Amino acid sequence: MDLGLDEQQELLKNFARDFLEKECPESVVREMEEDEKGYSPDLWRKMAQQGWMGLIIPEEHGGTGMNLCELVVLLEEFGRALVPGPYISTVVLGAVPIMEAGNDEQKKQLLPKIAAGETIMTMALTEPSAKWDADGVELEAKKQGNDYVLNGVKLFVPDAHVSDQMVVVARTSKGKTPEDGITVFLVDSKSPGISFELLRTIAADKQCEVAFENVKVPAANVIGEVDKGWPIVEKTKKMATVAACAYLVGLSQMDFDVTLNYAKERVQFGRPIGSFQAIQHKLADVVIDVDGSRFITYKAAWSLQEEEPDADMMISMAKAWTSDASRRVVAHGQQIHGGIGFTKEYKIQLYFRRQKWMELMWGDADYHRELVAQKLEV
Amino acid sequence: MDFRLSPEEEAFRQEVRDWLKENLPKDWSGDRFTRDRDPETWNIYREFAGKLAAKKWVAPAWPVEYGGLGLSVIQQLIFNEEMAYHQAPLGYSIMGVGWAGPTIIVYGTEEQKQKHLGAITNAETMWCQGFSEPNAGSDLASLQTRAVRDGDDYVINGQKIWTSGAHLSDWCILLARTDPEATKHKGISYFLLDMKTPGVTVRPLIDMMDNHAFNEMFFDNVRVPKDCLLGDENRGWYMAATTLDFERSSIGGAVGGRRMVEELVAYARETKRNGKRLSEEVTVRVRLADAALEVEIGRMLSYRVASMQQRGLVPNYESSIAKLFNTDMQFRLAKAGLEIMGLYGQLEPQSKYAPLRGKFERQYLWQTGMIVGGGTPEIQRNIIAMRGLGLPRQ
Ligand SMILES: Cc1cc2nc3c(=O)[nH]c(=O)nc-3n(C[C@H](O)[C@H](O)[C@H](O)COP(=O)(O)OP(=O)(O)OC[C@H]3O[C@@H](n4cnc5c(N)ncnc54)[C@H](O)[C@@H]3O)c2cc1C
Repeated sequence: MDLGLDEQQELLKNFARDFLEKECPESVVREMEEDEKGYSPDLWRKMAQQGWMGLIIPEEHGGTGMNLCELVVLLEEFGRALVPGPYISTVVLGAVPIMEAGNDEQKKQLLPKIAAGETIMTMALTEPSAKWDADGVELEAKKQGNDYVLNGVKLFVPDAHVSDQMVVVARTSKGKTPEDGITVFLVDSKSPGISFELLRTIAADKQCEVAFENVKVPAANVIGEVDKGWPIVEKTKKMATVAACAYLVGLSQMDFDVTLNYAKERVQFGRPIGSFQAIQHKLADVVIDVDGSRFITYKAAWSLQEEEPDADMMISMAKAWTSDASRRVVAHGQQIHGGIGFTKEYKIQLYFRRQKWMELMWGDADYHRELVAQKLEV
Repeated sequence: MDFRLSPEEEAFRQEVRDWLKENLPKDWSGDRFTRDRDPETWNIYREFAGKLAAKKWVAPAWPVEYGGLGLSVIQQLIFNEEMAYHQAPLGYSIMGVGWAGPTIIVYGTEEQKQKHLGAITNAETMWCQGFSEPNAGSDLASLQTRAVRDGDDYVINGQKIWTSGAHLSDWCILLARTDPEATKHKGISYFLLDMKTPGVTVRPLIDMMDNHAFNEMFFDNVRVPKDCLLGDENRGWYMAATTLDFERSSIGGAVGGRRMVEELVAYARETKRNGKRLSEEVTVRVRLADAALEVEIGRMLSYRVASMQQRGLVPNYESSIAKLFNTDMQFRLAKAGLEIMGLYGQLEPQSKYAPLRGKFERQYLWQTGMIVGGGTPEIQRNIIAMRGLGLPRQ
């Protein structure tokens, strides 16, 4: 057993940290909050040059063929730097369904382009019911000749407005269970009948309402099998959940680092505020939350990667814990900063607002606690 | 012990309610979060203050000669409760009525009272609080802004920070150091500063909600006549403590919270998720019940302060308990609201999908500031532990 990073992971981490400090400073994060697209094409290209878009794509399709644990290492750095843009959307939500269930044609056509940073993707799953489960999928896809026609609304879809292709989860029939009758489509985001509206959110990330009105999709664009698409979504969700945890771990760590530093430097009553036991105990609580989050996230990633029997349990434990723990971390971070923490100009608020977003993505603590309870067979 | 209000007090509550029904701005929902950037909202505040003034209700518990009605502490409490519950637009007068005015009543000369109190109750002046400095926040007594006596004047130089509403205010309660040789608590004086005095510069600070609510203030050879001094020279610290006690004992928090719980309950009843009402979910029910009872505790802790005042006692660490509990509680309440709303909770008011007009999302950010403003939780706990419980300092 070894809970530390191996040499390759260590290298990736250090490289990513240096790279992002240089290429994705706070100013870029702030700019992208105001920016309609929400990502910098320049940074996107540079990240692609590092092979990051293809990190988990097999080498035969132009990727670097690494694994989920490496992705977690990288995403921790993304959370630390608050990297804006459609990275998780493309690399996990877009690429994973194709890697998992796409046919050779689809793989050949898309994976190299994703790896090269030429194609931006996302997955449209949730609807106004805001459910992560199969029974939330109501968007209708009807067969018409060689096409399917899609009608309905997807909500909270990350980065859809800048995507080239979307993986759309639709209902093709009403089966015996909610999982039956779901089909996954590859949809050109510029297809006639699709409209996007950006949602204004606490994190100023870019989630969209995506409306489908008689959108024609060729039958050849089905990913996997008709009516049997839910397991593809499940797999993607698991990866995305781990990705969200990793991002939160990095975010929490950075919030903590900034706060710890501040506590050492800020002087009141003639001494650093970090010398007050009240602040010391707070920071001790914070580091417990950060470390706990990190290792349960590593465990979840490893379990999924190694196909361990308790992987699902670990993933839900990780997201339930990390969602709550990171919120405690950033709340302490605000408070230890006093008045300056409440200003727009100082960076700590960026972490506070983004935490809420990732807390919610792919299921909040309530949702995953319920899954933990189910797996305990309570 | 008696929790019941007297018939007169009940009647007064009803009177306030009826009046609010008539006089609140049309369709007023209490969403005050764009206020300071948006002149239209600001006008609503000013206008409402004018209506209160006509009724002598800007500061109803103040003595009649200063434009109040001499109401009892309990009546004032009822009044505050109703205002908070209806989320009345009080932004204009809060600092004058809550903090500056009461301190002037206790320490001001007759001339100062005549000059300022009537103007506050007539809704003619707005006040701000120039206490905090970049290096003097929790450790307020280490403030460095200097006031030097020069003939019949004082000349003020220095900087303040986090001054809420300074950009809209006419007057400022200002702490400045008059004796740099004395120990830090003993060289501070308390001034009533006209914000239009030459040499005063206000620069906006934008907060994390993207609002302009607080400011930096700079003083460059600001010359004020000596009758701007409140109380005795070098006794400012003790008067400031009085101001802060007034600030901390405010009831608003708990009662505003009650309204928010009601709104959440209504939301949970109306909102269906997957064929089921949110109010049927156990996690939602537990959160609502917790929120409701925390609001009630907060209310009791505030009532206790009022009740002491009614008996002629001076609240001490009790105000800190109320401040600490109520601001933390309001944050937890906002957090619980967002949790109940799930993915929708993250939406800002501008979103057409935002539940309850995005109010909880705004509150979730705003309350992080309220926890800090008026003294941080650590400072309140220190007061409770040392001033209240008499625990040793060393
Ligand atoms: C929204 C808002 C509005 C405000 N409005 C006004 C206003 O109108 N007028 C005005 O004068 N001020 C105002 N303030 C300032 C406010 O009073 C100060 O921010 C507050 O007192 C804390 O001071 P600080 O920001 O310097 O933080 P610091 O004092 O630097 O505190 C930083 C951290 O150190 C902790 N700490 C400090 N001392 C101790 C100790 N002895 N033991 C344990 N922990 C300690 C604090 O609890 C905090 O967590 C406002 C602040 C906010 C956020």
